[in-house]
Amino acid sequence: MPDSMMNLHTFAAAVPEMYLAAALCVVLLFEAFVGERRPGSTGTLTLLLLVIGAGLTVQFADVTQRVVLFDGSYVADPLAYVLKLAGFLTVAVGLLYSRTYLQNRDILKGEYYALSLSALLGIFVLISANSLLTVYLGVELLALSVYAMVAFDRESGVAAEAAMKYFVLGSIASGMLLYGMSIVYGLTGTLSLDGIAVALSAPHNLGVILGLTFIVVAVAFKLGAVPFHMWLPDVYDGAPTSVTLFVGTAPKIGYFALALRLLAHGLAGVTVDWAAMLVPLAVLTLIVGNVVAIAQTNIKRMLAYSTIAHVGFIVLGFASGTADGYSAALYYTLVYVLMALGFFGVVILASRKGFEADQLEHYKGLYRRDPLLALAMAMLMFSTAGVPPFVGFWAKLRIIQALWETQHLWLVVIAVLMSVVGAFYYLRVVKLMYFDEAPESLPDTVRSFGVRLALGINAAAVLVLGILPAPLLELCARVLH
Amino acid sequence: MHDHLLSLLIWLPIAAGIVVLLLGDRNIVAGRWFALAASLVTLALCVPLVHGFSSHTAAMQFVEKAAWIPRFHANYGLGVDGISMPLVVLTAFMTVPVIIAGWQGITKRPAQYFAAFLIMEGLMNGVFSATDALLFYFFWEAMLIPMFLIIGIWGGPRRVYATIKFFLYTFLGSVFMLAALIYMYLKAGSYSIAAFQALPLTLVEQRWIFAAFLLAFAVKVPMWPVHTWLPDAHVEAPTGGSVILAAIMLKMGGYGFLRFSLPIVPDACRQLDGLMITLSLIAIIYIGFVALVQQDMKKLIAYSSIAHMGIVTLGAFLVYAIVASSGTTLDAGMGLDGAMVQMVSHGLISGALFLCVGVLYDRMHSRQIADYGGVVNTMPLFAGFMVLFALANTGLPGTSGFVGEFLVILASFKASFWYSALAALTLILAAGYTLWLVKRVVFGPIANDHVAKLTDLNGREFLILGVLAVAVLLLGVWPEPLLKVMEPSIQHLVAQAAATKIPV
Repeated sequence: MPDSMMNLHTFAAAVPEMYLAAALCVVLLFEAFVGERRPGSTGTLTLLLLVIGAGLTVQFADVTQRVVLFDGSYVADPLAYVLKLAGFLTVAVGLLYSRTYLQNRDILKGEYYALSLSALLGIFVLISANSLLTVYLGVELLALSVYAMVAFDRESGVAAEAAMKYFVLGSIASGMLLYGMSIVYGLTGTLSLDGIAVALSAPHNLGVILGLTFIVVAVAFKLGAVPFHMWLPDVYDGAPTSVTLFVGTAPKIGYFALALRLLAHGLAGVTVDWAAMLVPLAVLTLIVGNVVAIAQTNIKRMLAYSTIAHVGFIVLGFASGTADGYSAALYYTLVYVLMALGFFGVVILASRKGFEADQLEHYKGLYRRDPLLALAMAMLMFSTAGVPPFVGFWAKLRIIQALWETQHLWLVVIAVLMSVVGAFYYLRVVKLMYFDEAPESLPDTVRSFGVRLALGINAAAVLVLGILPAPLLELCARVLH
Repeated sequence: MHDHLLSLLIWLPIAAGIVVLLLGDRNIVAGRWFALAASLVTLALCVPLVHGFSSHTAAMQFVEKAAWIPRFHANYGLGVDGISMPLVVLTAFMTVPVIIAGWQGITKRPAQYFAAFLIMEGLMNGVFSATDALLFYFFWEAMLIPMFLIIGIWGGPRRVYATIKFFLYTFLGSVFMLAALIYMYLKAGSYSIAAFQALPLTLVEQRWIFAAFLLAFAVKVPMWPVHTWLPDAHVEAPTGGSVILAAIMLKMGGYGFLRFSLPIVPDACRQLDGLMITLSLIAIIYIGFVALVQQDMKKLIAYSSIAHMGIVTLGAFLVYAIVASSGTTLDAGMGLDGAMVQMVSHGLISGALFLCVGVLYDRMHSRQIADYGGVVNTMPLFAGFMVLFALANTGLPGTSGFVGEFLVILASFKASFWYSALAALTLILAAGYTLWLVKRVVFGPIANDHVAKLTDLNGREFLILGVLAVAVLLLGVWPEPLLKVMEPSIQHLVAQAAATKIPV
């Protein structure tokens, strides 16, 4: 074993993962000895651990250039640093929003937090993956944790059904991924993404395309791109809303990293091929997501199709096949996660014990019942629709810019047309909240101060980042150029 | 203060709107006064703007520039020239009567009502004073949100349909403009409008960009055949919403043609000016006939707005025909002058007419012409104003309506006899539908008991209609200051429009 391996400083960049694995054990032990007697204390501890984790990440993982560790299977770079910080933040905010919801449904258990942390660890592994094995490890760790979370409410049949669907379809996708990876490994003789990138820079053959196809299908499945999106509405709808919030936010960061590390880095030599495969996927995703969302009466399903539509934009960023396109996709992902945290947070806060605010009509006249919640939701809806002065506008602008740079005229036209179609169903939510009167006495919304403050900050961030978009745009461009 | 005058004009009303929002419905008395004070202060800020404005140059004045998004070369760039300055003043001027008009009438969520109009004012000032295309687009789209809420919350029975139609229509038009702006940014390396104006573009590119602009601006103006959102929006909007919509928002379309289409894609404009003139003439004549048969007062004025905005687009696109027939650019500015005067004048007149309808609606809760008749017997003061504004709408000499129409018709005569013959039909049609409206509503015997019980204008209504009447008459008899302010900018625009940008 070389000397440098013994030097702890070398591993500094991997502190987030090591810390998270330790934190996971701490949470499990804490739950076993303390959490059982004091429900909720595990949640507080988890939030604390996440904050410490973010602090440690800033301290140790803020690398200025690419660091490759563990025999080439792990990479730390500025991109990974940004994504990991975003991951900590997203999970922390998501868990904060979920607490009352879990309590009201008697599923405020320590395992929920343990699973969240292991999912986050999976995301981190994906973010820092630099070999096919690490990628697969991350994908499975994340997926298995999330399957369990979807089924977390044991009383709920719908949730069990959703988890089952997710598990079966997810396993098929994992199989696809493994199969594709095995072909690529067979052709290149290496598992390292760096090695594959070098090996595949030569003119490619049919075998590579075959392996690539399976990999693209798996990535599309994970992201929820049409026609591999079938699981997404059912999972979003069937899972407890707090889990929907989780599934809808942090894993997107991981799957963005999956696409980036695998396609944009490892398979960079065949960019033309996978970009050509992504174009029809993106177009279909945009159209199906936006059009089907219009027909929904359940807000969780509507937001699920809206997610699909947004995935379409993210895939378009990748389809441009340029560093600027990836940076646009990164920006879009981060912005989407911020907005998704907000709107699922609103759905959670609008629900009470024994009442799920999952139908669109439950939002009728929300303005009168809870002006602040309605205002936050309205801002988030306008932002998701891509209307300035909110941040969602810049996300769309960046994607369109990346498409123009690569001369994709028709993709530009489809993207802007579909954002108009999308505006309709977001406006409908605003209409329900502000223009309609509440039909009958709906239960009050959750009035816990801390959570509302967090949601307020979340909505305000959507506005502030919209008016002053430069720092985040700059950051996303810098880490990918 | 001069250094940040435009920023103040944008952000002061927005900040005031947020304060009113925070004061809430419980402190609405304070909120109302605060809103009024804010709109008056904003108007007062126009005094140094007009006073410090030099009418000897076409350059941007009161320029502000700060880096906004350095990586994408987008600046927070503001400035006004002779084309945008009058529109900023118009915006500040028209917001005051809107605030006063909602004083008592708005009982539902009043704080949000006043806040929405103040925020709108700031955003509209932003549209007119942005010198950076991205900033322009930012304000242009942001403005949809308050208007969407204004129509949706305080509108009539079919308000939801009207407001969603309004939003989606304008959004659809605008997104293609955004695509065009990004395309040009990638070619020019900057989002500055001046850089776009200097950017050489092939004819094919120009045609596509022209189409994208046309979609955005034609919807906003609105031009036939994409005008159908306007009657719906106007009918359902509350009085204040209608006033702002007609007086300012429609002007943004006209402003867009002058600021973007003509100088950025002059060759495409030259090639397609026939299309624009045809569409304008259809708006003037066909929509004039449509206005004639309306049963609803607001709808009638809405159609009248479309016809009058046809004069604006006609004036704007006459440049090429005049140059072609006279061989020089000397007279080419006349149509543009007319278009600009018409925009300002229509802002005042249509705003005033909607306020008049609002006065009646507040008392009778009906906009149907058939429910009225003989209003002059019970409301003589009101009748006086209504007749004045109606005559101004028909383009009576001595009112502001005359100046713009006259200039455009004169310019069209220089271009082609047939253009002017057709354009002049507006005088007959406008007289037809407006005076018939006045005849049916104001004159004749008292139609029913409700009309018999009407009370005349109160002090507040008298004040706002009086101020608007003075403005209409002043601009009618003495348009010289306005024309003088615009002159260098119009000449500059003519030069830009007449030049070619096709790279050789």
